[in-house]
Amino acid sequence: MADLSLETTTKMELIPFGADGRELSAPSGSTILHALRLNGIETPTLCYLETLTPVSVCRVCVVELDGNRTLVPSCSRLLEAGMRIQTDSPRVRLARKLVLELLVSAVDMSLVNEDTRAWMHFYGVDEQRFERGAVPVARSTEPVIEDNPLFVRDYSKCMLCYKCVEACGTDAQNTFAISIKGRGFGASVSTEFSVSLAESACVFCGNCIAVCPTGALMPITEYRLRNEANWRPEDQTVTRTVCPFCGVGCNLELTVQDNRIIKATSPQDHSITHGSLCIKGRFGWEFINQRGEEQPVNSVDQTTMRDGHE
Amino acid sequence: MDLKYTQASPTPDEKNAIDGFLREQGIPDSFATLSDAEMRMGTSSVADVRVARQYVLPGLHSIQSQFGCVTPGAINWLAMRLGQPAAEVYGTATFYSLFEVAEDAVATLHICDDIGCRAAGTVDPLLNGLAVAGYPEDTPCNGARWKRSPCLGLCAQSPAAYFTTPGNSAGTIAWLDLDNAVRPNTETAISLLQTGLINAAPRLLSIGLAGADPPRLSTLIKFTLNLNLYLEDGGFQALKRARTFTPIQLIDEIDKSGLTGRGGAGFPTGRKWRAVLAEKSPIRYLVCNADESEPGTFKDRTIIENNPYSLIEAMAIAGHACGAKKGWIYIRAEYPEAAARLRKALAEVRTAGLIGAAGAENEIGFDIELSVGAGAYICGEETALLNSIEGKRGEPRNKPPFPSVSGLFGKPTAVNNVETLINALWIVKHGADAYREVGTAQSPGTRLFSLSGSVVAPGVYEAPHGITLRQLIVTAGGLPQGKQLRCVLLGGAAGVFVGLEDLDTELSSEGARAGNVTLGSGVVMVFDTSTDMRAVLKRIAEFFRHESCGQCVPCRIGTVRQEEALKRILHTETPLQEEIELLNQLGSVMCDASICGLGQTASSAIQSGIHRAKLLKSEGNNG
Ligand SMILES: Cc1cc2nc3c(=O)[nH]c(=O)nc-3n(C[C@H](O)[C@H](O)[C@H](O)COP(=O)(O)O)c2cc1C
Ligand code: SF4
Ligand code: SF4
Ligand code: SF4
Ligand code: FES
Ligand code: FES
Repeated sequence: MADLSLETTTKMELIPFGADGRELSAPSGSTILHALRLNGIETPTLCYLETLTPVSVCRVCVVELDGNRTLVPSCSRLLEAGMRIQTDSPRVRLARKLVLELLVSAVDMSLVNEDTRAWMHFYGVDEQRFERGAVPVARSTEPVIEDNPLFVRDYSKCMLCYKCVEACGTDAQNTFAISIKGRGFGASVSTEFSVSLAESACVFCGNCIAVCPTGALMPITEYRLRNEANWRPEDQTVTRTVCPFCGVGCNLELTVQDNRIIKATSPQDHSITHGSLCIKGRFGWEFINQRGEEQPVNSVDQTTMRDGHE
Repeated sequence: MDLKYTQASPTPDEKNAIDGFLREQGIPDSFATLSDAEMRMGTSSVADVRVARQYVLPGLHSIQSQFGCVTPGAINWLAMRLGQPAAEVYGTATFYSLFEVAEDAVATLHICDDIGCRAAGTVDPLLNGLAVAGYPEDTPCNGARWKRSPCLGLCAQSPAAYFTTPGNSAGTIAWLDLDNAVRPNTETAISLLQTGLINAAPRLLSIGLAGADPPRLSTLIKFTLNLNLYLEDGGFQALKRARTFTPIQLIDEIDKSGLTGRGGAGFPTGRKWRAVLAEKSPIRYLVCNADESEPGTFKDRTIIENNPYSLIEAMAIAGHACGAKKGWIYIRAEYPEAAARLRKALAEVRTAGLIGAAGAENEIGFDIELSVGAGAYICGEETALLNSIEGKRGEPRNKPPFPSVSGLFGKPTAVNNVETLINALWIVKHGADAYREVGTAQSPGTRLFSLSGSVVAPGVYEAPHGITLRQLIVTAGGLPQGKQLRCVLLGGAAGVFVGLEDLDTELSSEGARAGNVTLGSGVVMVFDTSTDMRAVLKRIAEFFRHESCGQCVPCRIGTVRQEEALKRILHTETPLQEEIELLNQLGSVMCDASICGLGQTASSAIQSGIHRAKLLKSEGNNG
């Protein structure tokens, strides 16, 4: 994955390309997506994440590339000198709109982030597009799996972005507890033989939760609060701290509501974690909660942020 | 990497079977006990877990063929022995239609209900007959059941089925019409389900000629199942000659011939080989695509069943040209007879020293391995095929990089169709100039067309490029008495429907471009007015929904929405025009934004059926 922090990009060779009628340049080795972002052109993404190998399956980031028969995924296609790119042509708009409509028609997308919501609005997504006549519209309707005390899996919200599988595999955790099973519309994320996570190889690092863009994977605390209609982002604060459990020094962001820690994440751009944690950092804060009865956790080093899933 | 497995353990029989299979592959029993570090260091020949993974599919096949199903215990043991995560092996097993991931064995009769058989008129009587006789689909009865299947490549011998039973290592082709004179197809199917016995010898399909005079490929692939006979006929002389040329000389000759791929995409073969040869890599591979799952295509099966040696010779030549020391043939599981003949032929040719260990006749030690699919049309897509050989789910890769740069196990790889390779063999034998003597400027040479549906003599026909559709149909005897032509599907489910006004289309790349059609894999499927074309369109939509790998959104969900729209049209629920507009938009986005050719062509036949052949317009008895 290209390291495109500012220091490194300045050392790289800049190559020229054109996008939406403008003459631009970006460091060689960039993907089209990075090149566009560096030049202030925003592109929607769903299956893409800086810290994971691009799989380019959602196709919401497609752009028109001169000389190419089909649209190309900007998140994995490498920039070449002289490329002519359109990011807002009728073809691109239609493809992005329909891809989002197809997703909403099959998957519960109610918990996607604000960015994605905004893109849906921008492209005029019609959520009822395929609800026509009596032939039932196929949706993913798997029941919520609550098979362990730490997090739930609600695959009716799964858009099959492959991120959790990558995070559990060679891209982060090397545990390989989950994989994609089945084929086509019937494909889904699963442990072997659909056994519970406890029976599987899962080590409950929660790294899959951290990368899930649709809220299909969720800490049980958050799931319960949401079910009780007591998940109140407006009353939440996020506290940055360093994980106390071992000497690695992972950054933690603790989401606090009503003086209790309700969720722990790590920033994706943190040089040690890249967003990953282990079971202790991710779920071990219950005991801090107990200690916190005496000393409120949000009294230290506080930054207020919006929660990723809202 | 510490892998963890569930408690599910194999039965002693399963364990023995898996261990036996792995021993046959030369994998030491101690493999499972190697430490992680040892495995990564490559201490033993298969100790690289990425390489070990290629035994996953063959391993699953060996389990399923003995026990009739793949149990969790068996998956665990196979995964453990190969150092693979169980979740991934399970994910792979469940990708392929033919693996029965279950606790109990079941025999299955896979009856084709795809469009070629519909065009032949055999589907409805057979399936209705089974339902009436009390055999509903997918309902085991005494351990046997029947299921509908996509095209089995037997369209010219319809109705036919593929029968898998526990203990039958590769499954068998069941000719349901064999004793048609004595009893109806339905009864043959039922007796098969009841007894599990098939006593039908393999039936060969010979290759007809349609203006290919003198015959070309047909001569090369003359029926021979005996290496000595093939050698007496001049077999392997071309290979000997080719090995006296440099790879570049061979590629120049192929380039000069103008040969293009016969697998569907029509890419220039010389250019592909040159790209592979030019890669700076000590290892390159050649892969022969014998997956042949495009509905209506059966020419590759016919080639292999008639003469497996010619393919082996052609591959050895292509391997030399590309600088590949190793070749793979990926054949679909539904072709057990072709696979058996290939396996036997490979052994004979190896014994003769023409392939295999390096020797006088085979200086570089070129060898060929056979890989068998497991029921997935998508595995014909070249990068899905490579993933499948590697033991993964058959999901296509994003391109670039193309296989010529990063293919099998990340090495430069030439992927070629069976018929393409046979053409290359002909060119090495007779030269590029002779090759160009027939055909058209842009499509030199001949082509094997698979003719099926409503014609008197369906089968494979060799014809020079440029023959018209009409001539081809006439050569196959025209339509049966009393039948009236409705339309023709060119290129298969990924192809285009044409109507009566297109019968003079020339079948060549020039003609295809002018007529806005595709030759694809050479499918010519003839429909008469008695076929319910709406049901055919719906079956095509169902095909793509069923065969989508599921990776990308436009195809995974788009093919489902496309099929739903066609179902609504069939039930005339919503205004036709609105549905057609929806289909158009779905079609254009699937075509534009899907990862691979499956999604990109999933709407092609349906769109042409609606707009070009006007198949939704009331006509005949279709309402
Ligand atoms: C969905 C799909 C299925 C395909 N199936 C086959 C097949 O069964 N056999 C084949 O030779 N090519 C098939 N192809 C084309 C291959 O991807 C590839 O282009 C071909 O094997 C290259 O060989 P050629 O250049 O000799 O034609 C398929 C392509 C797609 C997109
Ligand atoms: S919690 Fe960690 S180990 Fe478990 S499935 Fe998620 S990523 Fe894999
Ligand atoms: S569970 Fe979440 S991360 Fe995993 S594939 Fe589904 S949407 Fe993506
Ligand atoms: S187009 Fe269809 S078959 Fe091809 S990668 Fe996408 S989902 Fe898979
Ligand atoms: S973000 Fe590029 S394809 Fe999903
Ligand atoms: S065998 Fe039935 S359509 Fe090909």
